[in-house]
Amino acid sequence: MTAPVAAEAVPGHVLGAPRPLLEVRDLTVTFRARGRRDVKAVDGVSLDVPAGATVGVVGESGSGKSVTSLAAMGLLGRRGVDITGSVRFDGADLLTLPEEELRALRGRDIAMIFQDPMSSLNPVLTVGRQITEILERHRGLKGKAARDRAAELLESVGIGDAVRRLKSYPHQLSGGMRQRVMIAMALACEPRLLIADEPTTALDVTISAQILELLRSLVAGSQTALVLITHDLGVVAGLCDQVHVMYSGRIVESAPRRPLFADPQHPYTTGLLASVPRLDQPRGIPLLPIPGSPSDTLPWAQGCAFAPRCARQVPECLGAPPVLEPTPDTAAHLVRCVNPVTAPDVPEVAS
Amino acid sequence: MSLLEVRGLKVHFPIKKGILLERTVGAVRAVDGVDLSVEKGRTLGVVGESGCGKSTLGRAVLQLEPITEGSVVFDGQELTGLTGSELRAMRRRMQMVFQDPLASLDPRQSVSSVLSEPLRTHGEKGPYDARIRELLDLVGLPATAANRYPHEFSGGQRQRVGIARAIALNPELIIADEPVSALDVSIQAQVVNLLEELQQRLGLTYVVIAHDLAVVRHISDDIAVMYLGTVVEVAPSDRLYDQPLHPYTIALLSAIPIPDPEVEDRRERILLRGDLPSAADPPSGCRFHTRCPFRQATRCHDEVPLLRVPEIPVEHGGPGHQVACHWAEQVASGALQPQSAAVPAVDRVPTT
Amino acid sequence: MSLTQAGAVASATTVQAEDAPGGLTRDALRRMRRSPTAIIGLVLIVVFVLVAVFAPLLAPYDPTVQRLDLIRPGEYPGPSREFLLGLDQLGRDELSRIIYGARYSLLIGVVSLTLGASVGLLLGLVAGAFGGWVDSLVMRVVDIMLAVPGLLLAIGVAALLGPRLLSVMIAIAVVNVPIFARLLRGSMLAQRRSDYALAARSLGVTRRRVVLNHVFPNSLAPVIVQGTLALATAIIEAAGLAYLGLGSSDPAIPEWGRMLADTQSSLATSPLLALWPGLAIVFSVLGFYLLGEALREALDPKLRR
Repeated sequence: MTAPVAAEAVPGHVLGAPRPLLEVRDLTVTFRARGRRDVKAVDGVSLDVPAGATVGVVGESGSGKSVTSLAAMGLLGRRGVDITGSVRFDGADLLTLPEEELRALRGRDIAMIFQDPMSSLNPVLTVGRQITEILERHRGLKGKAARDRAAELLESVGIGDAVRRLKSYPHQLSGGMRQRVMIAMALACEPRLLIADEPTTALDVTISAQILELLRSLVAGSQTALVLITHDLGVVAGLCDQVHVMYSGRIVESAPRRPLFADPQHPYTTGLLASVPRLDQPRGIPLLPIPGSPSDTLPWAQGCAFAPRCARQVPECLGAPPVLEPTPDTAAHLVRCVNPVTAPDVPEVAS
Repeated sequence: MSLLEVRGLKVHFPIKKGILLERTVGAVRAVDGVDLSVEKGRTLGVVGESGCGKSTLGRAVLQLEPITEGSVVFDGQELTGLTGSELRAMRRRMQMVFQDPLASLDPRQSVSSVLSEPLRTHGEKGPYDARIRELLDLVGLPATAANRYPHEFSGGQRQRVGIARAIALNPELIIADEPVSALDVSIQAQVVNLLEELQQRLGLTYVVIAHDLAVVRHISDDIAVMYLGTVVEVAPSDRLYDQPLHPYTIALLSAIPIPDPEVEDRRERILLRGDLPSAADPPSGCRFHTRCPFRQATRCHDEVPLLRVPEIPVEHGGPGHQVACHWAEQVASGALQPQSAAVPAVDRVPTT
Repeated sequence: MSLTQAGAVASATTVQAEDAPGGLTRDALRRMRRSPTAIIGLVLIVVFVLVAVFAPLLAPYDPTVQRLDLIRPGEYPGPSREFLLGLDQLGRDELSRIIYGARYSLLIGVVSLTLGASVGLLLGLVAGAFGGWVDSLVMRVVDIMLAVPGLLLAIGVAALLGPRLLSVMIAIAVVNVPIFARLLRGSMLAQRRSDYALAARSLGVTRRRVVLNHVFPNSLAPVIVQGTLALATAIIEAAGLAYLGLGSSDPAIPEWGRMLADTQSSLATSPLLALWPGLAIVFSVLGFYLLGEALREALDPKLRR
């Protein structure tokens, strides 16, 4: 009798906890283009998002972080895309749900905000109309009741003079305001899950700080779970309970935020931290870049995708892909590496 | 002796209206009175958010934008008003590195053509192969790159080509306009290190324009902070972080996320209110007063603050540290407190 | 070797294996080779051109020879082994007429397009290169040209010069001038603002060189696409004008549009006679449309990786 193959540890999974709000299992997204190689943007991603939690997904271009959420929400389209695995929201698999049910879920229970608010807002409709449309569709509010609620929402996201703003068109608002409108629309129906894909990347730093502060306060006051997708480790350091680091379509490290920053294990994570200049540290510390570029990867089937760029590469890294395993000290801290960093490369923080 | 001196620089873009004949009805005051100086071999960082005019400033210094008023003196020579062959002769000595490596390279030009163009333009005699190989080596690209085209490279490699082009004529001054913002985080450090290395090897003087204060602080000796077309604070890099004097700089620094949960939890964020005013119609008096958390009832609204060395203890300031704020001394001493909600981080319930 | 060099070498060695080295033109050609649209379009065009060029060798009969003895008014022999597409109203071999008709269509299309595009591109180049008041002036002239409806213009020219092939060609050429002028001018204005043009200026390259060597070549992509589509349109327009009687008044000339017009009276009895010139127009035009579409996709910078 053969022993069953041990399943990989699931990032974000807490033993004994009630069923998580979102359960992603073995999600794989392959893009097929005529005359080109297939591209596996997401390669077997599993993670759990508990209700009310704030989760960060960190990665650069090519990591698959955005595609993961788009696939989960069914926003990728059918042509040229193969999606396998399961994405269970409150038990129901979003990937197999019929289109009408999925559409009902979107906006009402799951909402998403994107990087570029200008392209996500309809330029020919007023802001007020776009919000009331959602309220009408999912909450059945009409006329004055809908408008009042819309004004309330705009105020809750910090837009002053809300009643007048309802009549504005997107192009009349600044980038920060538009992003606030996006958030207001996303929260209109009090969704249980909010996915924010690079919500502040296109914004100036001071505006971005306002938006992140807004997200933090809105999520803290409610039961909404937040999945924040970004390339900026600084952003997740202040905001997220759990952080997952993605590289080339897989999660390579996952931990609650303090252990991740205090004791990063994966060479990619330590590489990222060491290559970014920090304001709270003395100037003279040299930057240690990660050699190569995100396109210098191995397919996971041939070993560790990060191996070509990794200073800690050993022979075991090539041949079989490394498995996501808990680190010796914390069960919640997972790393996908056969030669993880035991002492951090990150320079000591001057206290 | 400063290699570059900018005095009272103004770049105003006229706003035109009309069907057949266009009248000028106003102006976008992109750069509105800027003084800067850079010593030979040093790096000046210019930071600010979108709309502050820093990119326009960089291009104006290189005479790539029409200058409305003011002077730009390079190595003792006045640049404004130079034309034709005189200007072209000066161009050899100052070059630019652009933000978007894909957009700044002609897609139809091979790398060797890109690198030989400056040489040809300035009358250097061919063949250029040796020089091209030398340039590629300096920026860490293989010699085979010469026959390739921009679209065949990654972002970081393209930026290296852009840098190679900029140093082809052995310039003395390089103005880098957002040299790493378009690159992935893990590649940014490579290019930053390359720029520093080249500065050492070739004795270059840099003006680095960027919105990422952490990167600018790392690479610059001095930093100028811009807001809506004017410089609001100038200081040596260490000073600027340790003791920012201008309310805008203080808010800017407090807004930058730091990858350390302990630090993030303890920070006090100073949030600005409102949005950036229009550069075509800037606020009266101090341009920042409409959003300033330290705004006072007098002077801010009607008096334009000049860039000056504030009267504070030397250890907190110093002669190289100038600020354009009427109340700089009171802000520095703590006599004035920010009015907007300085939001303390939300109490985090420990999860581990 | 410094860290930066190590990093650079690691990254430099992986220029995409799929992209064999080559400029944009080679890249575009490669993409066209893979596109079925391009291939079909190209085949149709090649057939069209070959038929036009080798008409004397391909046509079984002289297209002007009338065989009045073989026909009766209203009854025109349909396809037979002798005359593959039948005879027309004057007993002329339809197939030969169709084949020779390709010559006229090609001639009119190419000549009028070349004329119109040359003038239009010149105007567009001047406007796009200089900008400012030159641009305003040229564009106002172009706007005036656009304001005149093509059909009225054709009628006017025909009234002036008499109904002949030349009138048709001039009319089509004039209609194309503003189209190409605007296209090139718009494309150039956009490219002039690009960073690479600024970079060239910062290197000290003269303004003239920047425009001619950098801006102009990069502005041509939409023009090329428009060129193929305009050729197709020219063929249709020529046929249309001939149908209306504005083309050559010589009844012997086998121009497709004219042939279509001539079949009006006999549609009930010999509908096929209307089918052949119609199909000929459709297939030749289709070829240019398909090629134009494929070109647009191949030259679109956003679709490039």
